[in-house]
Amino acid sequence: MVTTLTLQVNGKSHKIRTDDPQMPLLYALRNDLDLHGPHFGCGLAQCGACTVHVDGQAVRSCSYPVAKAAGKKIVTLEGLGTPQKLHPLQKAFIEEQAVQCGYCINGMIMQAAAFLKTNKHPTEEQIKQALADNLCRCGTHVRIVRAVKRASGMMA
Amino acid sequence: MLQEKISRRDFLKTSGALIVTFSIANPAAEAATQLPAAAKTVALDQVDGFLAIDSTGKVTVFSGKVDLGTGIYTALTQIAAEELAVPMDKVELIQGDTLLTPDQGPTYGSLSIQIGGMQLRQAAATAREALLGRAAEKLGVARDKLYAKDGQIMPLGGGKSISYGQLVGGKHFEMKVDAKAPTKNPATYTIVGKSVSRLDIPDKVTGKFTYMQDFKRRGMLHARVVRPAAMKASLLAVDDSQAKKIPGYVTTVRKGNFLAVVAKNEWAAIRAASAVKAQWSDWQGLPDKARLWDYVRKTKVNKSEELQKTGNPAEAMKTAARTLNATYDFAIHTHGSLGPSCAVAEFKGGKLTYWTASQATHLLRKQMANMLQMAEADVRCIYLEGSGCYGRNGHEDAAADAALLAKELGKPVRVQWMRADEHGWDPKGPPTLLDYRAALDDNGYPVAWESEVFIPDRPKQIAVTLVAAELAGLPKEDAHPGNIHQSLAIPYTIPNIKATAHWLAETPFRPSWIRTPGRMQNTYGNECFIDECAAAAGIDPLEYRRRSLKDPRGLEVVERLARLANWQPGSGRKPASGDIVTGRGVSYIKYELVRTYVGVVADVTVNRQTGKIKVDRFYVAHDCGQIINPDGLKNQIEGNVVQTISRTLIEDLQFNRSTVTSLDWKTYPILTFPDVPEIVIDLIDRPTEKPWGAGEPTAAVVPSAISNAVYDAIGVRLRSVPFTPDKVLAALEKA
Repeated sequence: MVTTLTLQVNGKSHKIRTDDPQMPLLYALRNDLDLHGPHFGCGLAQCGACTVHVDGQAVRSCSYPVAKAAGKKIVTLEGLGTPQKLHPLQKAFIEEQAVQCGYCINGMIMQAAAFLKTNKHPTEEQIKQALADNLCRCGTHVRIVRAVKRASGMMA
Repeated sequence: MLQEKISRRDFLKTSGALIVTFSIANPAAEAATQLPAAAKTVALDQVDGFLAIDSTGKVTVFSGKVDLGTGIYTALTQIAAEELAVPMDKVELIQGDTLLTPDQGPTYGSLSIQIGGMQLRQAAATAREALLGRAAEKLGVARDKLYAKDGQIMPLGGGKSISYGQLVGGKHFEMKVDAKAPTKNPATYTIVGKSVSRLDIPDKVTGKFTYMQDFKRRGMLHARVVRPAAMKASLLAVDDSQAKKIPGYVTTVRKGNFLAVVAKNEWAAIRAASAVKAQWSDWQGLPDKARLWDYVRKTKVNKSEELQKTGNPAEAMKTAARTLNATYDFAIHTHGSLGPSCAVAEFKGGKLTYWTASQATHLLRKQMANMLQMAEADVRCIYLEGSGCYGRNGHEDAAADAALLAKELGKPVRVQWMRADEHGWDPKGPPTLLDYRAALDDNGYPVAWESEVFIPDRPKQIAVTLVAAELAGLPKEDAHPGNIHQSLAIPYTIPNIKATAHWLAETPFRPSWIRTPGRMQNTYGNECFIDECAAAAGIDPLEYRRRSLKDPRGLEVVERLARLANWQPGSGRKPASGDIVTGRGVSYIKYELVRTYVGVVADVTVNRQTGKIKVDRFYVAHDCGQIINPDGLKNQIEGNVVQTISRTLIEDLQFNRSTVTSLDWKTYPILTFPDVPEIVIDLIDRPTEKPWGAGEPTAAVVPSAISNAVYDAIGVRLRSVPFTPDKVLAALEKA
C-alpha cells in the first residue's frame, strides 16, 4: 500500500510516497530528494557513509526506517553548509585537504558535527574515539582528525 | 537532473575543433554525445588527442588516466597549466572516456604522473611551442623574443600580445606530439611543485560531487545481482513468485548462472533480490582455509622464471660461514572499497554506452565488446569517479552486469552491488608464499641470497575475467593476477643472488591486482629476511642496509630516514621485559629496482598478554623525483601507510569450501581511528629529475617494517600476514 510521508529535510518540507514504511531513509534522501551527501556504503550500519542528523543525533540512514523519520528534523551534508556558506567542519576539511576519494567524508563530517555539539574542545584521542565506528578505506584518518580538531577551534 | 550534466558533454564544433563544454541536459546534447567521433582524435601521438583550446582560451585536457581518489585530477591539471602557461582555472579535464580520451593504459602501477602526466606534459609543450611559432608570424616578432604567460604570448620587451584563443580558437592543432619539444625549466615553475588545493574537495565535502553511485539516467531501471550460493554452483531453479508481489518489480533476468532482478526503484530491487528464491547446486571446490599454505605449496607449477641472477648462490652456500632460511606467507585480501561497485549502462541503436568507475576504461571496452560480441567502435565507456579504488576491484564486473541487463531489457539499467557482493565477489589479492635462504660471510653480510615466490600464473593478456561473462557463459578473458613477480629482485649488493617466481596453475579466487600487487608481498619477504640476516650477524638493521647499498639516491633516503626517526643504532638490543613493550623496525625499497625510493621506520607497542600490536608512529623518507604537488603526495603516502597497516595487522579473507564468508565489515574488519598512528614524512624533492609514482611504493615497505619492529620489541619473527593477536601469542609461545 502506498503511503505518503512528510519529511523535514534541511529546513524544507517534502512529501514522499513509498510502498514500504520500512524502507531506509537513505533511499528517500538519495532517490526521492536527489541528495547525494549521504552515501550507500554497507546497508548494515557498519561504515557510517550514510550518516545524517535526525533531531540533532547522528544516525545511519541506511538502517533507519523512513517512517520513523517522518516529522523529525533531518539534516544532511547539504544542509549543514553550502559551498557559499560552509560549515566550519566543511571549511576545515578543505583547509586540511582531508579527503582522498571522499566517499566516507559525509559520515566523518556528520558524525563529527554531532560530536562537537557534545564536546566543544575535544582532544585528538576523543576525536578518534568519536569516529571509531566510521570507516575510511583510503587511509585519510590523520587528516580527518586534524580537520575535526581545526573545526573545533573555529567553532569555539 | 543535475547529475546527468557530466555525461551529457555538449559538443560544440567551432571551426572544426571539438570543444567539450558542460551544460545542463537538453535533448540535443543527448543526441550529440553519440555523434562526432570522427571530430576528436584520441591518438596518443597527436596533440589533439590530449588538448583543445577554444576561442576564449579555455583549455580542455583529455586524460586516459583517471582520478581514483588520489588527487591526480588536480595534479594533471597542474602539469597541463604549467606547461601551457595558463592559469589552472582555465583548464578543464575530461577523464577516461573512450570516445574522447587517448588510451594511456589503465590507471594502475603508480604510473599516472610518471607516464600519463609526462605524455600530457609533452603534448602541452608541443602545443605551446606551436603557439609561439604562430604568434611570431602574426605579431611579426622573432620567436625567440616572445614568451608565453597566462594564456597570452608577449614580446619580451613589451608591446602587443596575442591570446591563445586568438591563435588557435577552436581549431585543431593537427600536429604530432613532438618528443623533442622543450619542456619548461623546472626553476621557472609556478604551479608544478606547489601544494595546490585539490579541485574536487569543495564539492566532496558539500554533497555536490557526482560519484558513479550518484549518477542517474532518465528512465533508468534498478537492478541487483543474485550471486551463486557457492562460487561455481549451477543455477538449478528460480522462483520469483514472491518477488512479483513487490510493487515496482519488473523482471528477473537469468542467463546461465547469471541472475539479477530488475525494478523501477532501488528499494524494490533490493527487496526483490532477497525475495527471489534461487536453487543452486552444491559446490565445494575451494581449499581448506586451515591448510591454505599446504594447498599453495602443492599446487602445480606451470613454469618457473628467474627474475634476478648474479653469481651462483647454491655454490656459495656450501662454503659459507653461516646459512639461514625462512618462509613467509601473505593472506588473501579483498579491495574493500567503501562504496560497493556501481555502474549504469544503456543500449540504444545497436550501441552500448556505460558509465563506470573502472580504472581501465579502454581495456574494459575491449572486454565488454568481447563479452557481448560487439564491435569496439559500438561500445563507449565513460569514467565517473567512484569510491576509492586501489586496483582491479568490482567496478568492471558491475559494469558488465549492467551492460548485460541493458542489452537484455533495452532500457538504461543501474546496477549497485550490495556490501556482500563487493566483499564476496570482487577479485582478490591472491595468497602468496615466499621461501628464502641466505648465507653470511665472516663479517655477517650476505654472500648468497635465494628467494622463491609462489604466485598464480599470468596469461598473455592483462585482464581479469568479468563475473557476468563467466556466470552467463559468454566469451571471456583468462584471469590475470597482475605483474605480481615485481620487486622480488633485491636492491642490495650481494655477490650471489637468485630470485625465482613459480607460476602456479591455479589459485582459489579470481585473482587481481590490489594496491602494490606482488611488490608488497615480495618486499615483505625481502625486507623481513634481510632483517633476519642483520639480526643473525648482530649488526644494526639500518646500518646493515646502508652498507649493502651503492645507489646514491637510495643511500640518501636511508640516511635522511635515520635522521628523521632519530635512529639509534641498536645491534644486539635485548627485548625489554614487562607486558607492554615497544620496538622499532626499518624497511627500504627501490620500487621495482627502477624508480621511487622509500625508507620507513615503524614504532610499535606490543602487548605480550593480549598479543595485540599497535603501530604508534611511521617515519617515511620518500624520493619520487620531481614532486608535482607535495601535499597531494603526502596524502597518498599517509593513505599507503594506514591502509597497509590495516592489511598487515587485520585483514584475512574468510571462506569455507564453497564461498567467501567474510561478507561485511564485521567479518572482514579494517583499521579504525583509535589504531591509526602518527605519520612523519620527509619528502625529497628533485625538481630536475623525472617524476615517478607514489600510489604504491610506500605500501610495499609497511608489513616488513612492522614485523621487524615486533621482533625488536618481543624477539619473535612474524612471518605470516596478518599479524593477528593469535599469531603473536603463538609465536611468543614457541619462542
